[in-house]
Amino acid sequence: MTRTPQSNLFGRSFWRIDGDIAGILLLAALLVIVLPLGLDIFRLNMVGKYLTYAFVALGLVLCWGSAGILSLGQGIFFGIGGYCMAMFLKLEASSPEATKIQSTPGIPDFMDWNQLKALPWFWEPFHSLSFSIVAVVAVPALLAFIVGLAMFKRRVGGVYFAIITQAFAAILTILIVGQQGYTGGINGITDLRTLKGWDIRTDDAKLVLYFVNAALLIGCLLLCLYVRRSKLGRILVALRDKEDRVRFSGYDVANFKIFVFCFAAALSAVGGAMFTLQVGFMSPSFVGIVPSIEMVIYCAVGGRLSLLGAVYGTLLVNWAKTMLSESFPELWLFAMGALFIGVVMVFPNGLAGLYQQFIAPHLRRLTARRSGGAAAGAPIIPPHTAAD
Amino acid sequence: MANPTDYLLAVEGLTVSFDGFKAVNDLSFYVDSNEIHVIIGPNGAGKTTVLDLICGRTKASGGSIKFRNRELTAMKEHQIVKAGVGRKFQNPSIYDDLTVFENLEISYPRGRTVFGALAFKRDAAVRERVAEIAEMIFLADHLDQRAEYLSHGQKQWLEIGMLLIQDPELLMLDEPVAGMSVNERKKTAELLNRIIRNRSVLVIEHDMKFVEDIAHRVTVLHQGKILSEGSMERVKTDPKVVEVYLGH
Repeated sequence: MTRTPQSNLFGRSFWRIDGDIAGILLLAALLVIVLPLGLDIFRLNMVGKYLTYAFVALGLVLCWGSAGILSLGQGIFFGIGGYCMAMFLKLEASSPEATKIQSTPGIPDFMDWNQLKALPWFWEPFHSLSFSIVAVVAVPALLAFIVGLAMFKRRVGGVYFAIITQAFAAILTILIVGQQGYTGGINGITDLRTLKGWDIRTDDAKLVLYFVNAALLIGCLLLCLYVRRSKLGRILVALRDKEDRVRFSGYDVANFKIFVFCFAAALSAVGGAMFTLQVGFMSPSFVGIVPSIEMVIYCAVGGRLSLLGAVYGTLLVNWAKTMLSESFPELWLFAMGALFIGVVMVFPNGLAGLYQQFIAPHLRRLTARRSGGAAAGAPIIPPHTAAD
Repeated sequence: MANPTDYLLAVEGLTVSFDGFKAVNDLSFYVDSNEIHVIIGPNGAGKTTVLDLICGRTKASGGSIKFRNRELTAMKEHQIVKAGVGRKFQNPSIYDDLTVFENLEISYPRGRTVFGALAFKRDAAVRERVAEIAEMIFLADHLDQRAEYLSHGQKQWLEIGMLLIQDPELLMLDEPVAGMSVNERKKTAELLNRIIRNRSVLVIEHDMKFVEDIAHRVTVLHQGKILSEGSMERVKTDPKVVEVYLGH
């Protein structure tokens, strides 16, 4: 029988429980101390932008990694979150005084250019910051709920689901581009200036927003860790493996899939809203098929089974993208393709998989040596499905 | 004979057709409380389809399935489970990536809604019940092992354990001893004899020795219809059964 010695097993499980938290603390230290000290505000703002994609990657770890539901349309939710925030900021930037040269003052400039005479009804509530913040999370979650309800209750899954999410991403892009007067069209919503009178374009504001973003990311990471360690997290893994067994154990499987899809959508939307705040605009180029697939690649490179891996993967791929596009812009797409092939063929569990395979055993040996035989007397707690 | 409504499970006139092919054709049979009822028959006789129909995996084209007088054909899979019907699949169907403990815990009948599962606490009641079941299925020493690394026989026991923890009134097993060693088979027969107290079991099995060991009543299926029914002795000597099934 292939039975692991008890002491070893418990020692490992304890190490892993600590390991998740330790890993998050390490990441927090990197984001909050090391990077702000080491980078100028231009680069730091760039890292902040990368980190907004990490929210999407976290959602994908739960949705795709844990539950096996591959969504190729996370840009939809990232975009809607970003647009909700952009609508608020745009309205603030379009006060009657600031827009008095327009033929209809008080409405966003692109509406004026498109001969709109009044603010459309669905823009009205975005005068309120609290409404906008709620909408950032609620609108994408609601959309995900409707899509999830329609798909998962009918037991549409796998490749079919992935293709349908792609179709939705394409539809939303076409809709945004086509309805120029209401959405700003292909240019998106630009020239965002202040948040409740606070200028978001200054270096100080960028620094503050960077820290807000980092704190939110750590918060979301902890939330994801909670979900993963709950029984729900284990049910997601179970239904990835044996959906029927879960169903015939008394669970309504579709509800669990809808939940995780909505959760991932809400996370992506938070990232989208933070993107708008830090970069100062939102456009359909972050909504469609290509950005959605890029987001999946961030997650895959980091390791789709690892929450921390997804964050590092996002940072690394985006950093590489910036470096390459600065020096050899035409090479980036090839590099991206090569990266994706590499992940699929050589290291399917991404960076986190490499870490688990080559670095973690050494660390484990080190910690085991230091704590001596203490782990052997540890109480019996079954190991959790760890975050990495 | 008791009135049919006194039966735990009453299947009457059950029919299902796939593209005109009647896999199960006007089938009627009954399962009593505390009875081990075995279904045998040649390949393609519709045995597994019958279990699929009872647990809601396949929808019937006609007929009724009453469990404690509740009509199952109109219910969803998870509702049928909650009503007290447990089903084991033919191939061991367990969660490879989870430990034996977690496998059993997921089947523990509490926190089956999304938010129930989020708030689920692994308390003493859960731990005790899991330990008790693990003892029963000979896996008490393997609780922290990933289910992937169990032997084939152990996986079968684990899945039986996952059903037991639900405490179903009707337990349906699809070839529980297929692929088991002689020793494992003996232990499984022992296990089944122990767990059938206070519940009924509906078993599909090819292994005649095993069927003789456990069956209270045997139904022989052939081409979606009942060929013969009764005690093992009676069925074994039925010339029709010998011809289509036992003879070769």
